[in-house]
Amino acid sequence: MSHLRRPAPKELQPVSFAFTPENLDKAKKIIAKYPEGRQQSAVMPLLDLAQRQTEGNWVPTVAMDYLADMLEMPAIRVYEVATFYTMYNLAPVGKNFIQVCTTTPCWLRGSADVVDTCKKELGIGVGETTQDGQFTMIEVECLGACVNAPMMQINDDYYEDLTADTTKAILDALKKGEKPKVGPQSGRKGCEPIDGPKVLKAFCGCGAAPQDADASKGDA
Amino acid sequence: MQAKGTPDMLQDKDRIFTNLYGFQDFGLKGAQSRGNWDGTKGLIEKGRDWIIDEMKSSGMRGRGGAGFPTGLKWSFMPKESDGRPSYLVVNADEGEPGTCKDREIMRNDPHTLIEGCLLASFAMNAHAAYIYIRGEFYHEASNLQLAIDQAYEAGLVGKNACGSGWDFDIYLHLGAGAYICGEETALIESLEGKKGQPRLKPPFPANSGLYGCPTTVNNVESIAAVPTILRRGGSWFSSFGRENNHGTKLFAISGHVEKPCTVEEAMSIPLRELIEKHCGGVRGGWDNLLAVIPGGSSVPLMPKDVCDDVLMDFDGLREVGSGLGTAAVIVMDKSTDIVYAIARLSEFYKHESCGQCTPCREGTGWMMRMMTRMVRGEATLDEIDLLWDVTKQVEGHTICALGDAAAWPIQGLIRHFRPEMERRIKEYRARIAA
Repeated sequence: MSHLRRPAPKELQPVSFAFTPENLDKAKKIIAKYPEGRQQSAVMPLLDLAQRQTEGNWVPTVAMDYLADMLEMPAIRVYEVATFYTMYNLAPVGKNFIQVCTTTPCWLRGSADVVDTCKKELGIGVGETTQDGQFTMIEVECLGACVNAPMMQINDDYYEDLTADTTKAILDALKKGEKPKVGPQSGRKGCEPIDGPKVLKAFCGCGAAPQDADASKGDA
Repeated sequence: MQAKGTPDMLQDKDRIFTNLYGFQDFGLKGAQSRGNWDGTKGLIEKGRDWIIDEMKSSGMRGRGGAGFPTGLKWSFMPKESDGRPSYLVVNADEGEPGTCKDREIMRNDPHTLIEGCLLASFAMNAHAAYIYIRGEFYHEASNLQLAIDQAYEAGLVGKNACGSGWDFDIYLHLGAGAYICGEETALIESLEGKKGQPRLKPPFPANSGLYGCPTTVNNVESIAAVPTILRRGGSWFSSFGRENNHGTKLFAISGHVEKPCTVEEAMSIPLRELIEKHCGGVRGGWDNLLAVIPGGSSVPLMPKDVCDDVLMDFDGLREVGSGLGTAAVIVMDKSTDIVYAIARLSEFYKHESCGQCTPCREGTGWMMRMMTRMVRGEATLDEIDLLWDVTKQVEGHTICALGDAAAWPIQGLIRHFRPEMERRIKEYRARIAA
């Protein structure tokens, strides 16, 4: 994805950036996590905040300059951070930003099918965006959900235990503006064996249906 | 020494992470019902030296991959402050391919980690802990933050934490997609708001870490196990596993097994038993096994004959030329294109090299390109030796261990699957000659 590691061309760059009052408040709280005089530590969470605020889910150069001023650090230090870490998009991406893990553990379980399904269903190649701006698809390195391989991340959500069919179902739902069920698509809850927990049964309702699955997710 | 817990499966009463699968409430109430935050004040009152001694006697070796004794690491921190604060930094930048255990702790059992942070920080004279979690773990971070907020509200952390008189703050910091930040000094750089490029050591973080202050960086699993170890005693923990390899451990088994899963087991469990008892066996049966990477992508693979009776612990795996690493077991059956499996890892390391040291920055690219040709056999036989030579020029010649980690999988491949590499080259050359 090397082309994403360079700032977007000038014609895409907005001329100004400022946090919304709500995000400015969040930014102050983030900066307060670090000792006095160490506000530079906040640059990564603030770049993330700026990316979330920007239409197209990316970090324009003016936002980096804005953060450099806010954190009293040289602009080049912000540029370095923004180009080093791959989660900062340096050009706009689609509304649904699909990151398919293709590292060895996912590949062993069929990540190639997931990539192929995305290509076929969306009509785009790796690193491309659909014409309507709804989908961008890239391949990424290990996302740390290997026992639930293969998997992909769409925006903040993990979709795991994928097959070609479930990948298509997720994409179909997103095309219709629906929100597919996050997590394993195989019917299991998390990282337990597919036919139910073999250990810790007393902590899992004896293999019965989870009594309060939604509440235990917390972030739902 | 026959370890307790190895002949039979580890019992649930000896499992630390009882909500590993997330069927119960991850929040404070659920955590308390599972025994977390029970008598924390009393543990603190036993004093710093008692905590460190208990950790030493537990035999816990760091769960992040390197396996350094945790109690010993803590004892390197200054006992008295010279005016600088001390910090605990928790490495939650889980990204070693195959590894997905800390994720389960943070989203399903986050209070084990928070309580562990308090106890470890107290033992190291630190009033603040930062948890550096990989940015992709958005939901894990949400759960963890929620749990931290609950702990503050309940007075378990913050001023006078648990009524112990100890002031303790805990902060969550999200990364943004860089495997290298799992290296402790790169993580510290990143936490300071810089590119995640490893620092030269010495000085070690215990002398000069975060903001130039004494710092200890520990893995999530190491810290989250601390409260249970202190409650049940170091001797309880050390009753599992062989000498020098004690405790229980989260194993994440992925790849070609019938039922991939993460499970807490006793250290030193035989690999075959781990796979057959918990994962329904290798796809197509044990004899269909080709190779296993036993500790995350950085450790060399083991062919089947080694897997037959190897024990899953630091020493057992080192003796067979591999390593326990993060105990992320990647299983590959006979259908696997083993050269591609390793070539894909070479691509990973090329992508994740931070670019600071020339042997790694250039070498990972070299190795990836040669490996890509090896997949198709587009090479000459002597290039296998050349590839070996390149790995040796990278290994040991870089600031951090990423160079080694990029070299070892290829060395493992050449060591054990050279005939397969040669076969591809011969077939390719025969094809172009025809």
